[in-house]
Amino acid sequence: MTSPSAVFGGLVGQDEAIKTLERAVRAADAIVRGDNGTAMTHAWLFTGPPGAGRSATARAFAAALQCEQRGCGVCQACHTTLTGTHADVRFVVPDGLSIGVGEMRALVLRAASAPAQGRWQVLLVEDADRLTEAAGNALLKAVEEPPPRTVFLLCAPSAHPDDVSVTIRSRCRIVPLTQPSAEAIAAMLGAREGIDERTALWAAAAAQGHVGRARLLACDEPSRTRRAAVLAVPRGLTGVGACFDAASALIATADAEAAVLATDTDAKERAALEMALGAGGTGRGAAGAVRGAAGQLKDLERRQKLRATRVKRDSLDRALVDLAGFYRDALARALGATPDPIHVDLAEQSAQAGQHWGPESTLRRLEAVLSCRTAIDRNVKPRIAVEAMMLTLWRG
Amino acid sequence: MAVPASPLTLVLGDEELLASRAVTEVLDAARSLDPDVEVRERAGAELLPGELAELLSPSLFGGPKVLVVRGGQDVRKDAAAALLASVPDLDAQASLVVTHLGGNKGRALAEGLRKAGARVMPAAKITRPRERVEFVRNEFRRLGDRPTEEVAEALLAAVGTDLRELVAACSQLVADTGGGVDAATVARYYRGRAEGSGFAVADAVMVGDVGGALEALRWALQTGVDPVPIADALADGVRSVARVAAAGRGSAHQLASGLGLPPWKIERAQRQARGWTATGLVDAMRAAEWCNGAVKGGAEDRGYALEKTVFAVAAARASGGE
Ligand SMILES: [Zn+2]
Repeated sequence: MTSPSAVFGGLVGQDEAIKTLERAVRAADAIVRGDNGTAMTHAWLFTGPPGAGRSATARAFAAALQCEQRGCGVCQACHTTLTGTHADVRFVVPDGLSIGVGEMRALVLRAASAPAQGRWQVLLVEDADRLTEAAGNALLKAVEEPPPRTVFLLCAPSAHPDDVSVTIRSRCRIVPLTQPSAEAIAAMLGAREGIDERTALWAAAAAQGHVGRARLLACDEPSRTRRAAVLAVPRGLTGVGACFDAASALIATADAEAAVLATDTDAKERAALEMALGAGGTGRGAAGAVRGAAGQLKDLERRQKLRATRVKRDSLDRALVDLAGFYRDALARALGATPDPIHVDLAEQSAQAGQHWGPESTLRRLEAVLSCRTAIDRNVKPRIAVEAMMLTLWRG
Repeated sequence: MAVPASPLTLVLGDEELLASRAVTEVLDAARSLDPDVEVRERAGAELLPGELAELLSPSLFGGPKVLVVRGGQDVRKDAAAALLASVPDLDAQASLVVTHLGGNKGRALAEGLRKAGARVMPAAKITRPRERVEFVRNEFRRLGDRPTEEVAEALLAAVGTDLRELVAACSQLVADTGGGVDAATVARYYRGRAEGSGFAVADAVMVGDVGGALEALRWALQTGVDPVPIADALADGVRSVARVAAAGRGSAHQLASGLGLPPWKIERAQRQARGWTATGLVDAMRAAEWCNGAVKGGAEDRGYALEKTVFAVAAARASGGE
């Protein structure tokens, strides 16, 4: 038999959090078995930097709650929870840039019903920081008076009021996840993906603590190619024209990533919805049904458009994080420090660049990358923000 | 444009303006043959098979009838079958016009009508920039004017790509000027329009005309133009000059394909590029970026943010980035 809570085995560098969660899983299991003396926390908030595994941890916890063996990782309950098809586990994955109130009300209503399979009703909100204010209020009401067998799992970058409202936070038990070390990520890549040590260490460092990103860099050729193209940017900036070309290339890459997702997913979702709505029916009342269906299809298109925007932003953000790593390496060398470089494979180039530019000019470049991220976050047109950044990277 | 009489017409495509124009043309043609023509309209989704005979039968006073079915893609299967079955009965006294979006939905009806000999009038959305330019030029030609490509491009830049807006703009320009519309006319006319006014601000500031830029800006804000497209136009002005200047010497036509810009825009940017240095352009682009964030909610006074950017861009030009 697999050891209890094997389901937490995929998490990297989160031993403290796992201890807490395993205790909670035992308490929850006791309650299901009829032990009324045990108390269970009904609302949890998983916080931590991007890539630390907030949603993976929350999913593993949900599986352990649904599993007869407290998270064996292989039974039907574990499997369906982890793959998102368990009847009593509802995921709120914001495709768009925010989660609306209508969606949240419907979910909260469903979460209040008794669990169909007798254990727990779980509502997992992956980016609670993207809740609209109204959606947050709808959720708050449910979190304040949780039904006896309902558990709310929220994920957010931090417990700061900017991310999660004070009232919601005060009702939640906070599970802080830490950014895993490069060594921990590399060990995971070796053990779970069979990646050789050298590649694993390179990918772990380059991913800057982001587990999923490290896995992609280690295993996915297109991701490696995109990274290489991004890291070729600094030496390609030879003039004003090159800056605009580099900006266009970066934007085009983001658009292409969104387009791939669109062709893969959008049509399938549309077909599934049309099937569910019975489009193409001819009987009496079909015309009315089609009119209602048109609204739902419009809504799907709207959400797909929002998701495309988000995919583009995420793609750009990955590129900017990679670039920031390069200038950070250069700055360290310009200041005479020699920490482990983020981009091991470009260490020589970043060192040369840092020595050539000097600390102040290198710092200005690093700041340009970081302020470009902030600008895009603040809704500045991505193209304009990236162009301004490239020009600063060129001039220094 | 005269449309030859035909008892069966299929208007195929998803551009609403073109579709309704096509229907109007058919009806006008029918009226020119007999002013007493009786026109009946039905939405495709609501068409019932049983009512077709009545809809297409000769009218009480013996005049011809035209049945217009709008939204042929929504016609239900039984009604579509009845519609196709009625085709052999159509003649000068009873004609049929069906509009259809042209997609997969209800394709059988469109195909059936086509096979039954329908005259097809295309009304698909215009998506290519080249075709839009052609559309605008054709629109002017319909009105008896012969504009250059630059005029069409300028109008597109000022008015946007909505065909109805463009049609209205063309007819207003031709009516007001009596023909001979040129780019200057377009610029004068649309200075108060969102994009147009933004370009007026950008054009002035890029040649160092601070007074002209501020005047255009104030005028735009007073007439209620949204600051966001003005900020976009400022960034576009800096970008165009920077890219054209960086591309080096060459005629506008030589540079056009490499830069992906229309020749008239390149010529304008080449004129504006005089007096700019590379580092000045860097500063100007950064100011434009700041402005974009400021007008999108970062700044309390968005008009002031735009004004500040005009000064910053002008200063970048004057200092040469020193
Ligand atoms: Zn299990």
